[in-house]
Parts: sequence; structure tokens; C-alpha cells
Amino acid sequence: MKRAFPIFAVLTALLLSYALYEALVAAPTEKTMGDVQRIFYYHVPSAWTAFLLFLINFVASVVYLIRRSHSADIVAVVTAEVGVVFCTVVLVTGPLWARPVWGIWWTWDVRLTSTLVLWLIYVSYLMLRRFSTSSQTPLLAAALAVFGALDVPLVYFSIWIFRTQHPQPVIGGGGSIDPRMLHILLLNWVAFLCFAALICWSRYRLERLRREVEETQALESLLEPRSLR
Amino acid sequence: MTFLYVAYAATWIIHITYLGTLVQRYKRLQREIEALQK
Repeated sequence: MKRAFPIFAVLTALLLSYALYEALVAAPTEKTMGDVQRIFYYHVPSAWTAFLLFLINFVASVVYLIRRSHSADIVAVVTAEVGVVFCTVVLVTGPLWARPVWGIWWTWDVRLTSTLVLWLIYVSYLMLRRFSTSSQTPLLAAALAVFGALDVPLVYFSIWIFRTQHPQPVIGGGGSIDPRMLHILLLNWVAFLCFAALICWSRYRLERLRREVEETQALESLLEPRSLR
Repeated sequence: MTFLYVAYAATWIIHITYLGTLVQRYKRLQREIEALQK
């Protein structure tokens, strides 16, 4: 297991580098938008990765609510944190694409607004976990995560349900995409998934270690009571 | 082209900053473990 991590890290770095080259150099230039369309190769895979992480967070939270499993609780906190990082990328790269294409940085469109709400929900989830000292925190966080996850399908299907300014989906939504572009999009998604898995792996180990240290510190303070003066 | 490079740079700045916070947290934890071992 100790060897697997660096090997996986090197493979992920190679895959990310290759995917970056394909996105910036090898991908065909889009006729209307030009080179700025290449932001799509980072924006869309980041969004899909964030959705997947929030979905895992939802499953882990439900498992925690049913079985009170500590591992499920750790998975929930890890996926929420990494999901927020990827969602931040989506919210930053989106306006950077919109400015030259739409002429505006932001609009209160359903897709954009629901994504911002999603980000805020999971940021509040992380703040709850960070600042609450109650023993009920994992339970409250799990309940919040279950409700927060309801926003994920709303974000995803908003462009089907509502009339929005956001571009229509390129896969499964009637939109068309050059097969070479689709291949590079999926390649970037696989690269980002491997990267997300790598971060989650490190974060999971860190969280386990942190809890072990906290338990040891608590035990030590019980075993060695200081004399009262 | 500027927007494209800014978007790609911003993506990696966000990820590297997050990785930096993980390293910091790991170092803090290592110090706590060392303090416990004393």
C-alpha cells in the first residue's frame, strides 16, 4: 500500500500532463469561440468530478446515519472538502469563459445560481464540521449533507428544465460535439478523477491520523490528571 | 488567449493551495505526535 501511493501519484501526474497537452495543443479550435473554448476541458471535468464527490458524500452520510460508521463519516468529510475544491474551480473557470463569450462575468441564471448555492451548502457543511464542538456534529453534518445533495440533480438538470443562458449539454442532451473534442474531454475527466482519488486518499489518511491523535490526547489527559493547587 | 491561460493557471493555483494546506495540516499533526511520544 505504501508503494502504491507514489506510483499512482506519478501515473496521475503523467496523465494530467498528457491531458493538458491534448487540451491546449492537440484539440481542434472551435469555430465560433476560438481558443477560449478550451477552458471547457477543465471546467466540465471539474464539475463532473465535484458532482461525483458530492454523490459519494451523500452515500457516506446516509451510511453514517444508519450505521454510525466512523469510516463513512471520514469518507463524507473528505469528499465534501475535495468536492468544494473542484466546485471552486468550476465557479472560477466559468466566469473566465463567460467574459469573452457572453460579454459578462456572471448572470443570475439557474445553472450558475444553483452551482453557487451548491458551493455555499458544502462550505457551510465544512464550517459546521470545523467549528462545532458538539458530539452530535457528525450527525448534524450528515443530515445537512443529505439535504445538500438534493441540489446536485437540480444543478445538473437545470439546463434541461429551465431556459438558461448556459450552453446545452454536449453529452446526452441533443447537443453535438466533435469526436476528437469528446475524446479529449473524457481524457481530462479521467485525469481529474485520478487526481481527486489521489487527494481523497491522502486526506483520508490525514483525517484518520488526526482522529487517532485526538483520541490519544483525550486518553492521556484522563490518565494523567494534574494535581490541584 | 489570456482568459484561457488565466483559467488554467487559476485551476492549478486552487489545487496547489489546497495541497499546501494538507501538507501544513500533516506537519502540525506530526508535531503533535512527537509531543505525545515524549
